[in-house]
Amino acid sequence: MNDIGLLHFLFVSCALFFIGVYGFLTRRNLITMLMSVELILNSVNINFVAFNKYLYVDKLDGLFFTIFIITIAAAEAAVAIAIIINLYRNHKTIDVEEADSMKF
Amino acid sequence: MLSTSLIILIPLLPLLTFVLIALAGRKYFPSLCGILGTLSLLTSFLLAATVAYDYFFVVGKVGEVYQQIIPFKMTWLQFTPNVAIDMGILLDPISVMMLVVVTLISLMVHFYSLGYMKGEERYATYYSFLGLFTFSMLGLVMSSNIFQIYIFWELVGVSSYLLIGYYFDKPSAVAASKKAFIVTRFADLGFLVGILVLSYYAGTLDFQTLITRLTTPTDQLHSIMAASFLGCSALTWGLVLVFIGGAGKSAMFPLHIWLPDAMEGPTPVSALIHAATMVVAGVFLVARLFPVYSISCPTALDIVMWVGASSSFIAAIIACTQTDIKRVLAYSTMSQIGYMMFALGVSRYGGENGLGYMASMFHLFTHAMFKALLFLGAGAVIHYVHSNEMKDMGGLRKLMPVTHLTFLIACLAIAGIPPFAGFFSKEEILQAAFNSNKAIFGIAILTAAITAFYMFRLYFNIFWNKEYHAHGDSHGGHDAHYGEAPFTMKFPLLFLALLSIVAGFIPFGKFVTSDGKFLLTEFHPTFSIAPVLLASLGIVIAWSFYKKESAAPQKMADGMSGLYRGAYHKFYIDEIYLFITKKVVFNLIGRPAAWIDRNIVDGFMNLLADVTGKISFLIKGLQSGKVQNYAAYFFAGVLGFVLVFIYLWT
Repeated sequence: MNDIGLLHFLFVSCALFFIGVYGFLTRRNLITMLMSVELILNSVNINFVAFNKYLYVDKLDGLFFTIFIITIAAAEAAVAIAIIINLYRNHKTIDVEEADSMKF
Repeated sequence: MLSTSLIILIPLLPLLTFVLIALAGRKYFPSLCGILGTLSLLTSFLLAATVAYDYFFVVGKVGEVYQQIIPFKMTWLQFTPNVAIDMGILLDPISVMMLVVVTLISLMVHFYSLGYMKGEERYATYYSFLGLFTFSMLGLVMSSNIFQIYIFWELVGVSSYLLIGYYFDKPSAVAASKKAFIVTRFADLGFLVGILVLSYYAGTLDFQTLITRLTTPTDQLHSIMAASFLGCSALTWGLVLVFIGGAGKSAMFPLHIWLPDAMEGPTPVSALIHAATMVVAGVFLVARLFPVYSISCPTALDIVMWVGASSSFIAAIIACTQTDIKRVLAYSTMSQIGYMMFALGVSRYGGENGLGYMASMFHLFTHAMFKALLFLGAGAVIHYVHSNEMKDMGGLRKLMPVTHLTFLIACLAIAGIPPFAGFFSKEEILQAAFNSNKAIFGIAILTAAITAFYMFRLYFNIFWNKEYHAHGDSHGGHDAHYGEAPFTMKFPLLFLALLSIVAGFIPFGKFVTSDGKFLLTEFHPTFSIAPVLLASLGIVIAWSFYKKESAAPQKMADGMSGLYRGAYHKFYIDEIYLFITKKVVFNLIGRPAAWIDRNIVDGFMNLLADVTGKISFLIKGLQSGKVQNYAAYFFAGVLGFVLVFIYLWT
């Protein structure tokens, strides 16, 4: 009971994931939405690391995947921020509610 | 002796002229086109005359029988190893005779048009069309198989359409050309089905093979006789359908309605197409398949006979009441072609029984001469008077002596007065009819008398009757110096008049008979007394009615007002057609079909489009453009999949 097991990690990761989803769906600010996406990615990272540690002790695949995801998340953040800057230049705002010209 | 390349040149020269004039001549040397066309036709005619001489006197006869010669044949379309369509040239007495007739009349018309069409705006186009028509007609008569004849048959129809509609800025000419095309096309449908039936059972398209297979007891003949539809054998159906095609082109009742209207074309065109060449294509077709008709299927031949006789009689009656001189001639053409048709109908194959066949071809030959002459003469009169109506004419005999004389000769020829050409051919036809069917003979001899009457009604109305007054004040002094037609128009008249006198003396039985053998025609002076007397009677009545202006014709017309009015309105046949097409066909077939098209076919498509449109209108709100909505759908979807995987996946 006192030992920290796989289940604890999965709880944390699950909570983190849904916090991310909630943030992504409710926040109006694009920067905050980007941060929410990072939360989702990090919950996945926790999953990878936890599964690697508890289920496949003699392997490193989960760790490598985590490093890849961190790298890609950095690149993705750069692209996303570039998009956000462009949006700001065009709309003078980064409120996602305002950027709805791509509709029927 | 017969050189293949020279024979091929006969139809190819007019085609070349057509191509040359149509592509280059109209633009670069329009005024020379007439001479070019005439010269090429002259060459064609000389070649045709040479071929005819070689055929009839040198190579054609083998052991007292004229042979069918195929100097040229090539495979045109090879569908499968067994099915192929050939192109070829078939020479036999009738095709050689037609070659001479077509080239001769066409040459005369080309020459005549040099004067008649002078100064027309589309002079060059006119000559190119004439070339096209002559090519098609020559191709038609020389065809060696039934499919080839169909191709040229349609080409003839097209060129006739173009020439009738030559004055395309005149609405009546446009309507007439359309009418001619549609009516003959309608009949050609029968022809096409007939071709398919005959060639399917005979297993060939080639005339020679087809005729051999369908006249001698072969498997093909048995199968076509055994197959029956609505109580008649497939052979009868095939032949009758082919005859419908022929009847359409030859303006036989009840498909004749296009011919009178076709007179809207230039008069030389009427002389060429609607008197001497194209309209006899139907007669030619029946004559071409004559062995099949006469040996294997006399029923079909009886139909030919009755249609021919009734057309001949009806047309003669209508001709008596028409006032447009070209229409009178049109109905007279229809009547004379009816003569040729029933002459074929009363005939049988071979020997003495083939008299009608020979007489029909003989009449075709002589009729081409004098009817072309009549039309060209009428053209000269119209050229002078600038009107088609009889009431604008009269007393022209002193003003146009040459036209008057030649027209008189042609009238005597068509009335059957000896020694002019029509007398001899008509005599043979009457004799053939007398020998085989007395009822037909009665109709024929009555028609002969009426023919004499209406031809001389025409003649007296144009050249005698009242004094001529130039109508239209602006042309007051115009006619005096204008004078009679120019030489180019007079020469064909004189030449054809000469032929109308001498053509009857050709011993036709020697050359053109049903079986190619010599047929001795006896001349019975006693037999010819009655027809000649009746014809003279017709002329005398016409003379008493129309020599001077008198009230007698009007009284006569009033006396038989019902008949007169009926005939004047062409027995309301046009109206019946209009009633059938407009009221019956349009209302019973056209309108329901249109309703189905508009409401059911279109309606189904509209329904599909409407439903799609409505649904997309309902759900287009989903496409809100808001990123977070899309993300919510996405997560909902993923959640849905997860639930499905967990609870429903087994």
